[in-house]
Amino acid sequence: MSWQMRFWSSTVGKKVVMAVTGIMLVGFVIAHMLGNLQMFLGADAMNGYAAFLKSTGELLWVARAGLFAAAVLHIVSAVQLTLINRAARPTEYAKREPQVSTLASRTLRVGGVILAVFIVYHLGHFTLGTFHPAFSHTGVYGNVIIGFQSVWVVLFYVIAMASLGMHLFHGVWAGFRTLGLQKRSASPIQRSAALWVAIIVWAGFTAIPVAVLLGILN
Amino acid sequence: MSGASMHNPGAKPMNLTLHVWRQAGANVAGRIVDYPAKDISPDMSFLEMLDVVNERLIEGGQDPIAFDHDCREGICGSCGVMINGAAHGPMKATTACQLHMRSFKDGDDIWIEPWRAKAFPVVKDLIVDRSAFDRIIQSGGFISAPTGTAQDANSLPIGKPDADLAMDNAACIGCGACVAACPNASASLFTAAKINHLAVLPQGQPERSKRALAMVDTMDLEGFGGCTLFGECQEACPKGISIDAIMQMNRDYIVASATKVDMKEWAGSA
Ligand code: HEM
Ligand code: SF4
Ligand code: FES
Repeated sequence: MSWQMRFWSSTVGKKVVMAVTGIMLVGFVIAHMLGNLQMFLGADAMNGYAAFLKSTGELLWVARAGLFAAAVLHIVSAVQLTLINRAARPTEYAKREPQVSTLASRTLRVGGVILAVFIVYHLGHFTLGTFHPAFSHTGVYGNVIIGFQSVWVVLFYVIAMASLGMHLFHGVWAGFRTLGLQKRSASPIQRSAALWVAIIVWAGFTAIPVAVLLGILN
Repeated sequence: MSGASMHNPGAKPMNLTLHVWRQAGANVAGRIVDYPAKDISPDMSFLEMLDVVNERLIEGGQDPIAFDHDCREGICGSCGVMINGAAHGPMKATTACQLHMRSFKDGDDIWIEPWRAKAFPVVKDLIVDRSAFDRIIQSGGFISAPTGTAQDANSLPIGKPDADLAMDNAACIGCGACVAACPNASASLFTAAKINHLAVLPQGQPERSKRALAMVDTMDLEGFGGCTLFGECQEACPKGISIDAIMQMNRDYIVASATKVDMKEWAGSA
């Protein structure tokens, strides 16, 4: 067996793949959030930024391919680990009380499914325009304003971004631990850095649809 | 608290209701059965309470509740049971045998279940087969050393922080509470404690990479789940093993994989 196959067949190996791809996605999400916040600088800034991204040409496709690969590997290892973990406890306890595990850690899987549905919808919403009432390939600012006129769409974004925040609250902390990149600590379950990442990403993304709905952005 | 003040002969006896998992054997169905536990002294240990209930069951011609135990002083690791949904019960860093009935209130309901994991099949009632842990140890939790006279203790200096870390991890008694408490029934904390114990000592270095590979692979093969870093294991562990151990285990596993260690002709690889 090659070392790669052996690595991938182990739970630790799958978790490492999960952590590496997760951290790649976190990097994207932070950059994406910062880019999107240019909505608050006005239509010219936002459209200019979108045009700049498109002008990178092949580079954009390399980034897209990388993100796609990361997402697929992340999901495949998540599904496989979930099946292994379920099989490891065939009989549930009549009574089991979680002691210290966070809600975020216990909702990773369902939160991940919400995010996967969101990503498909979101790509159809703002990238392809399939789910968009009046999509323009050059007017990103206008697309966002029009796209967030519906309360339901905004509500879905708000829920999805809350899931993302929860996912990151556990994931950012756990990812670096899985890779062995943290120092030993007297209280290893504490995670202030991950909390800040989660809050900033959640707030940054949630601000845009909410601001549009409230008419602050128009 | 001094021993004298903890002993309280005047304490009011308690009446409790137990909900206990009863299963006659490995391959038969089990179920929760309710038993009254009357006149229980708060000074009894949890296992003494079970002894009393069992004596009454035997007197009534019934099969006593089978549970594992040996040292009854928190060092052998055999007594673990799930008590009200928590491994070893409500007291932190305490085995079931060291838990006292004063941790409960008169009138309480107490749920008692065996560790639940595919790799820990029920033998009878509350007793599970934890030999999967032995097989994890056999696969790499050792050092190969020529036998003979022990060398002079001072010929192998070990820094205090490393010695402490090795001792902290060596404290694992193999009770299985980490598996029991983990939503994934993962044995990561146990395996990591054994790997860490040797990983920080000079004696553990020559086989360090092989050990990490072999023990993690055995852990997976035995049917334990993977680590999601819920943190439940650390909280349940009666010996306070830290999840930092799991981080070190992963590091060793990653290094071992990347450096493609040769597992052939090594004692641990069956
Ligand atoms: C309120 C939150 C969000 C807003 C307003 C937003 C907005 C946008 C817009 C306007 C685009 C199209 C950019 C363009 O094609 O020029 C886009 C693309 C994208 N978004 Fe978001 N986004 C949000 C949240 C997220 C989140 C949380 C994720 C991932 C978890 C995500 C993943 C993506 C992906 C994968 C693309 C495609 C990138 C590409 O095609 O290269 N977005 N987003
Ligand atoms: S790590 Fe702790 S909980 Fe797990 S077997 Fe060892 S002593 Fe028991
Ligand atoms: S009986 Fe030995 S640890 Fe409890």
